[in-house]
Amino acid sequence: MLLAITIWIITLISVILFAGRVWWFPESASAHGAQLDIQFVVTLVVTGFIFVLAQVALGYFIVRYRERPGHKATYSHGNDKMEIIWTTATTVLFYAMVLLGFQVWIDMYIQAAPEGALQIEVTGQQFAWNIRYPGPDGQFGATVPELIDDSGGNPLGLDPDDPAGEDDIVIPTMAVPVNRPIELLLRSKDVTHSFSVRELRVKQDTLPGMVIPLRFTATKLGKYEIACAELCGLGHHRMRSFIDVFSEEDYAEWLREQSEF
Amino acid sequence: MAEAAPATHAVHHEAPTSFIRKYVFSTDHKVIGIQYYFLALFSVIVGMVLSIFIRFNLVWPGTELPLLETFFPVGAPGGVMTPEFYLSFLTMHGTIMVFFVLTTAPQGGFGNYFLPIQIGADDMAFPILNMLSFWLTLLALMVLMAAFFVTGGPPISGWTAYPPLSALGEIAGPGLGMGQNLWIISIAIFCIAALLGALNFIATTIDLRTKGMTLMRMPLTVWSWFVTAILGLLAFGVLLSAGVLLLMDRMAGSSFFIPGGLVVSDQLIDHKGGSPLLWQHLFWFFGHPEVYIAILPGMGVASQILSTFARKPIFGYKAMVYAMFAIGILGFMVWGHHMFMSGMSPYTAILFATITTAIAVPSAIKTFNWLGTIMGGSIRLTTAMLYALGFVSLFVTGGLGGLFLNQPSTDIFLHDTYFVVGHFHLIMGVAAIFGMFGGSYFWFPKMFGRHLNEFWGKVHFWITFVGVYAIFMPMHFLGMEGQPRRYPELTGFDFLEPLMPLHQFITVAAFITIAAQALFLANLFWSLFRGKKAEMNPWDCTTLEWGIPSPPPHDNFAGKLPVVYRGAYEYSVPGESEDFTMQTAPEKTEG
Amino acid sequence: MATIAPPMPDKRPVPPGGNRENFDPGGSGHDGRSEGRPVPEHRYYTGMMLGLGAILMVFAAFTSALVVRSGISDDWQATTLPGILWANTLVLLVSSFTLEKARRGYGSTGHFQNWWWATTALGAAFLAGQILAWLQLINEGVYVGTNPSSSFFYVLTATHGIHLLGGVVALLYISWKIRWKTSNTSIATILGVTSLYWHFMDGLWVYLFGLLLFWR
Repeated sequence: MLLAITIWIITLISVILFAGRVWWFPESASAHGAQLDIQFVVTLVVTGFIFVLAQVALGYFIVRYRERPGHKATYSHGNDKMEIIWTTATTVLFYAMVLLGFQVWIDMYIQAAPEGALQIEVTGQQFAWNIRYPGPDGQFGATVPELIDDSGGNPLGLDPDDPAGEDDIVIPTMAVPVNRPIELLLRSKDVTHSFSVRELRVKQDTLPGMVIPLRFTATKLGKYEIACAELCGLGHHRMRSFIDVFSEEDYAEWLREQSEF
Repeated sequence: MAEAAPATHAVHHEAPTSFIRKYVFSTDHKVIGIQYYFLALFSVIVGMVLSIFIRFNLVWPGTELPLLETFFPVGAPGGVMTPEFYLSFLTMHGTIMVFFVLTTAPQGGFGNYFLPIQIGADDMAFPILNMLSFWLTLLALMVLMAAFFVTGGPPISGWTAYPPLSALGEIAGPGLGMGQNLWIISIAIFCIAALLGALNFIATTIDLRTKGMTLMRMPLTVWSWFVTAILGLLAFGVLLSAGVLLLMDRMAGSSFFIPGGLVVSDQLIDHKGGSPLLWQHLFWFFGHPEVYIAILPGMGVASQILSTFARKPIFGYKAMVYAMFAIGILGFMVWGHHMFMSGMSPYTAILFATITTAIAVPSAIKTFNWLGTIMGGSIRLTTAMLYALGFVSLFVTGGLGGLFLNQPSTDIFLHDTYFVVGHFHLIMGVAAIFGMFGGSYFWFPKMFGRHLNEFWGKVHFWITFVGVYAIFMPMHFLGMEGQPRRYPELTGFDFLEPLMPLHQFITVAAFITIAAQALFLANLFWSLFRGKKAEMNPWDCTTLEWGIPSPPPHDNFAGKLPVVYRGAYEYSVPGESEDFTMQTAPEKTEG
Repeated sequence: MATIAPPMPDKRPVPPGGNRENFDPGGSGHDGRSEGRPVPEHRYYTGMMLGLGAILMVFAAFTSALVVRSGISDDWQATTLPGILWANTLVLLVSSFTLEKARRGYGSTGHFQNWWWATTALGAAFLAGQILAWLQLINEGVYVGTNPSSSFFYVLTATHGIHLLGGVVALLYISWKIRWKTSNTSIATILGVTSLYWHFMDGLWVYLFGLLLFWR
């Protein structure tokens, strides 16, 4: 009896906390973020329904079928019909939900970046982010691992012999213009990191030896924190940077300031 | 008498007389089962103590713990944990819990003790191999523990040991030198032990079933250990291979997992061409089945207990068996869902997500069948039953959390957050542990001839049940707020600081819950010597272990193997004088 | 006090079948196996098959790692396999043949001992040959870390070699057991299980050799 009530109370509290959005995502600041949030809510509703159904039934059965005088258990080995019904029902329900959700993923990861997407390179290292803008020529200069020199001010190992690299800007923080498609090129110098920004609903591991594209469009002005989401060593929790989402004018202004350094 | 022995009956053995052969280097599956059980008990205590420090450091960083400094002057100078020491503890917590608790207790412990008895065998198929796998497991544990005592301490690369972090050595961080080597060697030894154990379980189930014990009459516990063993046999070899390759990268200069051109701490690393993703594929090919290795025996135990104390046959026995196989087979095809954010092909993510969703179906079947089993029953709320019901509740909650993570889209946000931590702790940690607690209260009388105290057992249950929800449910909320995993402190990020109250709540809940485990330990050791004496069949249960004395004699059936006439869960059969019919009860010849 | 169970005559009445759903009638035994009692010696075959399955998984993992690693990298340089490997392969193949001669000849022709020792010697010769192959590579300056191809060469040959060493030790142990007649298990089973392992190791080597030879 007590168990049933406890289970119901836990269920109720969980539902209230989820439905009441006591703790919830930060407001989305990217184009795909809204879609992603909807998918989360859809999943929450579906799973919430099954959660409540199962927990309430569990509690109810505990009360209803408790041992008491004059009550005897029925003898039954099951019911194939019911078995088939709930197998089919869960299959259909779950697959409908999951297949729907693929759209966000396809938009974000499979569709190629639109023409004119702004390319920015992000290189993780223990324990900092290096952001590189290609500069006016739109070309990233070549990098050579042998030339990497953190203390000497060449954290990416830019090759001085490559003219494309002369106007490259390498800074520890990032800024992007609002409503413009962005394509990040994620790299790592040493171990696996993960580039994540909550508000933009982006997260992507950066793997050494690979360049991984990550596409998004920021839709809301603001300053957001970049965090590392993949364990990378003792400073994992200190790998913090910022991304500013500026208007086009402010972005142009910011970029000009950066290149003057 | 001895000359009458049939030549084919070779699993005989006489009870050893010396203390060492009887209790230490024993080949008796029951003694080995108990050894495994206590090994897991020791491990779980270590794992819990580590988690205390982990939770403590998260919410009260900088607090001086003189005790910690006494033991770890390097890792905790002035009694304050360093971030790397936090990560060491985290790695050890995960490794110990996953390998030495969740893999050993349900399978090596209860499985070893009860699988032979429940199928009517007098021992495992290969008793010496069985002994060997226990001692190898202990050796693996000792090698792992040794990591605490080497320079640099235990590794900080997490229980998943992703290279390059785990492959580069000391240069990438403390603990990644000798500590990481010991970790890999420990896991490799553990793999061999687990393979020997799995082989033994499968051969025993196939070849040593007694007369009349057809496959479809086996208790669901036996099925779960059997399927678990198959998973283990296929999975641990892959982890072993991966471990060998990782060790080669570290010690022999090969580059399986280390790409070229790495610059760590301004130093160019002399490796080239390797792939960190390769490790992730190999690791999760083992890692996902491992989740089922942990939880399947819990499912078996829950089924057994639910049926027994609902006094009702299992609802859809065959569906339960097929569901277990479906979970096992699908478990080998879904490893990629741990890697949606890893940089592998986004098309692969869709494939893996689609297959992963299929696992929800057999899981749902099991849940509904458990509900169907207690529906219409006559439920006796013993402590074991409380734990089995708690298992179902936790399995539902934890399992549904998985549906957020198996979709690559929602996983973008939730990946590597506390949502994941909450999810896997509920399902593979706590639900599996509830299975073990249920098994403990249920089988203790058989194993030791005495009952665990039911009153204190129930107190223990209530605190634990409410406690684990209080700990792990809020972790889902932390994940929705974006709190990343494996952060030693919350300072440094603006969005993390407001989450402190929730973290503090979790920590307090964890401390209360962990403290309550002392009740279990006290109960266990008190009952070993002072508990109420147990009869042969205190729960009116139908399976074979309840037809022999408590505790069972050395060769289980005192030389007379039982004959089985019916399925495992014949409760409340109409027309029978009692509400349970033993598997050994012969059919009545009806007129 | 002997604890061996005498064969149990089942005097209980055979029940009418099919009155319990899902289950076949009691006492019918082992899923169609005719004998009611377990066949304990069969467990050695089962165990060995399972063990070989586990070993297969180890090598399957190595193989997939090799395929993936060779596919992604630009630093793969095929290792020139030492010629002695061909001789080693021949030696191992012949050892399978001699082992089979020994096993079939046991108890009837009396040449068992000779064939058995020949197998053991061939096994040892194979191992020695593998070590020679390693030495040859080392002399050419090809080490484990030289390039991924050589890494895999050493890993695969070493892992196989350890398993085969286990086989050689088993052969010695068994000949000792047979000599002193200390085994409870029937010799036929021991020989059967051992040859299963040996032939598997033989076949595994041929596969590995082929893999190293052709996946370049």
